[in-house]
Amino acid sequence: MAAKASQSLLRTQAFRIVLVYALLFAFSTAALLAFTYWNTRRTLDAQTDQIIEAEIAGLSDVYQHLGLRGLAETVRERSQHSNQALYLLSDGLRHIIAGNLDTWPRTVATPGNFVEFDYERPVDGKLESRRARGRMFALTGDFVLLVAQDVHERYLTQRMFTTTLPWTAALILVLGLLGGALMSRNMLRRLDSINKTSGEIIAGDLSRRVPLVGSGDEFDTLAENLNRMLDRIERLMKGLREVTDSVAHDLRTPLNRLRNRLEEMASRLNAAGSNAEEIERAIGEADKLIGTFNALLLIAETDAGTTRVGMTTLDLASVVADVVELYEPLAEERHISLVMPPPARIWIEGNRSLIAQALANLVDNAIKYTPEAGQVMITIAGSDAGVDVAVADSGPGIPAEDRARVVERFVRLEASRNSPGTGLGLSLVAAVAHFHNAQLLLTDNAPRGLKAVLRFSPGALRAMPLKSAAE
Amino acid sequence: MRILVIEDDLEAQRYLVQGLKESGHVVDDAADGEIGLNLALSRPYDVAIVDRMLPRKDGLGVVAEMREHGNQIPVLFLSALSEVDDRVKGLKAGGDDYLTKPYAFVELLARIDALMRRRMPAGVKTRLDVGDLELDLLTRGAKRSGTEIELQPREFRLLEYLMRHAGQVVTRTMLLESVWEYHFDPQTNVIDVHISRLRAKIDKGFEVPLLHTVRGAGYMIRAH
Repeated sequence: MAAKASQSLLRTQAFRIVLVYALLFAFSTAALLAFTYWNTRRTLDAQTDQIIEAEIAGLSDVYQHLGLRGLAETVRERSQHSNQALYLLSDGLRHIIAGNLDTWPRTVATPGNFVEFDYERPVDGKLESRRARGRMFALTGDFVLLVAQDVHERYLTQRMFTTTLPWTAALILVLGLLGGALMSRNMLRRLDSINKTSGEIIAGDLSRRVPLVGSGDEFDTLAENLNRMLDRIERLMKGLREVTDSVAHDLRTPLNRLRNRLEEMASRLNAAGSNAEEIERAIGEADKLIGTFNALLLIAETDAGTTRVGMTTLDLASVVADVVELYEPLAEERHISLVMPPPARIWIEGNRSLIAQALANLVDNAIKYTPEAGQVMITIAGSDAGVDVAVADSGPGIPAEDRARVVERFVRLEASRNSPGTGLGLSLVAAVAHFHNAQLLLTDNAPRGLKAVLRFSPGALRAMPLKSAAE
Repeated sequence: MRILVIEDDLEAQRYLVQGLKESGHVVDDAADGEIGLNLALSRPYDVAIVDRMLPRKDGLGVVAEMREHGNQIPVLFLSALSEVDDRVKGLKAGGDDYLTKPYAFVELLARIDALMRRRMPAGVKTRLDVGDLELDLLTRGAKRSGTEIELQPREFRLLEYLMRHAGQVVTRTMLLESVWEYHFDPQTNVIDVHISRLRAKIDKGFEVPLLHTVRGAGYMIRAH
C-alpha cells in the first residue's frame, strides 16, 4: 500500500516538475558559488600582486641607489618585521644572502610572470606547509631576488568553497524534493478527491459533489466550477426525467382511454353477435404503438443511467441459458439450430432484467434473419478485454457501412423493412450496453452472417457470491 | 368479490368500475388518496386497485399506510410511470402486483383473479388435478389418463402455473413474469410456441383438449 502510494507519487506531474526545479536550482546555486569563488580568488590574487609590485618597486629603488649591499640590508631588515611578505636574495650559486626563506623553493610559473610555491613556516610550534605567490628577478652578476606573499588566506577561501559547494547543492536538492513531495502529495490528495467524485458520478450517483477545502486556491476554484457544472447536469437530467415522466403520464393516459374504448366497443359488438374484427385490429395497432412507446421510454431511462436499482451480482451463463431456453422452441419451429456450448461460469455486476432483455433482442433478431436450417450460436468467453457474450447467426449480416447506423433509434435497413419490428431492438441493446459500461460490437460472422458481441469490461467482473459457492 | 378502486382519472375509473361490475364484482371507488385510504381502512375488501399518482395522498403512501395499520389485502398498482425502478418501488411499498398503463382489461382481470386466489389458503398441495391430467409436485411427474408425460423443467413450471390457476384466464405477460421471471415482452411471441409445445405433450391423442387459447387474452386450462 505504502509502496503503491509512493509509486503513484513519483508518477505525478507535480513531482516531476518539482524534481526538475530542484535539480535546476541546485545546479544554479553551484554555478553561483563557483562564480563567486572564482571572482574572490581573482580579487585576492590581484591584491597580492599589487602588494608584490609595490614591494618590488621599493626594493628596485633601494637597489638602484644603494646597490646589492643596500638591497641585502633592506631585505634582511624587512624579513625580520614581516609576517606575510617573503624575501629571498641569493647569488648565482643559489647561496642565500638574505631573506626569510631557508631554501630555494620549487616554483611553478603562473600567468603574468608570477610564480607560486610551497614553503614551510612554524605555526604554534609546528611546521606548516603554506602556499605563496611572488616574482623572481635576475639582478646583475647572477644574483636572484624573490619577492613573495603568503596566500594561505586564498587557500582557506578555496577550501571553504569546495567543502560548502557539494553540501549546499545536496541540501537544496533534499529540501526541494521534500517540499516537492509534500506539495505533490497535497495536490494529489485534492485531485484524488476530484477523481473519486467523478467516478461516483459516472457510476450514476449524480448527487455527489467535489469537496471544497475552503482555502480559495485554484483547486477550490476548480472544484467549485466542477460542482456548478454538476448542478447544471443534474438539473438537466432531472428535467429530462420529469419530461419523460410527464410524457409517459400524459401520453399513456389517453392511450389507455383509447384502448379501453376500443375494448368496450369490441365486447359490445361481440355480445351483440356482430363482427368486431376491425376493432380488434385497431386494438392490435394501439398495442403496437404502446409497445414502441414503452421501448422508447425504457431506452431513454436506461441511456440516462440514473437508476441503480436492480444491480446484482449475477451468473452470466445462467442469464444466457435462460434466454436460450426461452427461444429454443421458436428456433426449432423454424428449423434453426440454437447452439450454446457449455459456457464458463462468469459472474458480473449487472441488471439481470436489462441484460436478459438485451440478449433476448439479439437472439430474437438472429432467429428472425436466419434462413431455415441455419444456425444461431451463443458463446460466452472471458479475455483480457473483459467478457464477451456473442450471438452469431448465419443470416445475411449487416453491411459494414450500415453497422453504426442500425443501433440508432427507428433505423431499419431496406432489406428488413417488411418484417415486423419497431427499429428499436438494437437501440435498446446499445443502451443496456452503455448502462453497464459495456460495448455492443457488430462484426462479420465467418463464413456468413452477423456476430453481435456484448463486451463487458474487466471492471464488471465479480467473484462468485458465497451463497452460490456453498450450493 | 369486493374490490376497491382508487383512481383519479375519472374516465379510466368509470371504465374500470363498469368492467369489474360486468364481471360480477362489487366495486367501491375513490378519486383521491385520502378518501381511498379511509375506505380501505373502514370496509372489508378482497382486493384493492390503486393508481400510483393520486391527488392529496400518493398511491405508494396509501398502501404503505394501509400496511402500517395491519391491512393485508392484496394490492394491484396501476401506473403510468415508466418501469425500470417504479415497479420495484411499488412492490417495496407493499403492493402485490404492478401493471403499467395502458393495459388490456383482460390482463387486469386475470391478475385480480390470481391475487384473490393467492389469498385463499389452499393448504400445502402435493398434487394438482385438472380432469384426467395430474401433476405430482413431489416427484415432479405428470400423467394423463395414467400415461406418463415427459416434461422439461420449464414445461413443468408452465403447466404447474396453468394448473394452479385452472379455470382462470392466464395472460402471456403473467406467464413471462411468473414462469420466466421476465418483466418485458419479447419482440416475437415466444410464449405461444412454448404453449403449443406443451399442448402437443398433454393434449395430442386425447379427445378432450384441456389447454385452451382465450382469444385476445391468453390461455386457460380446464377440464370441460
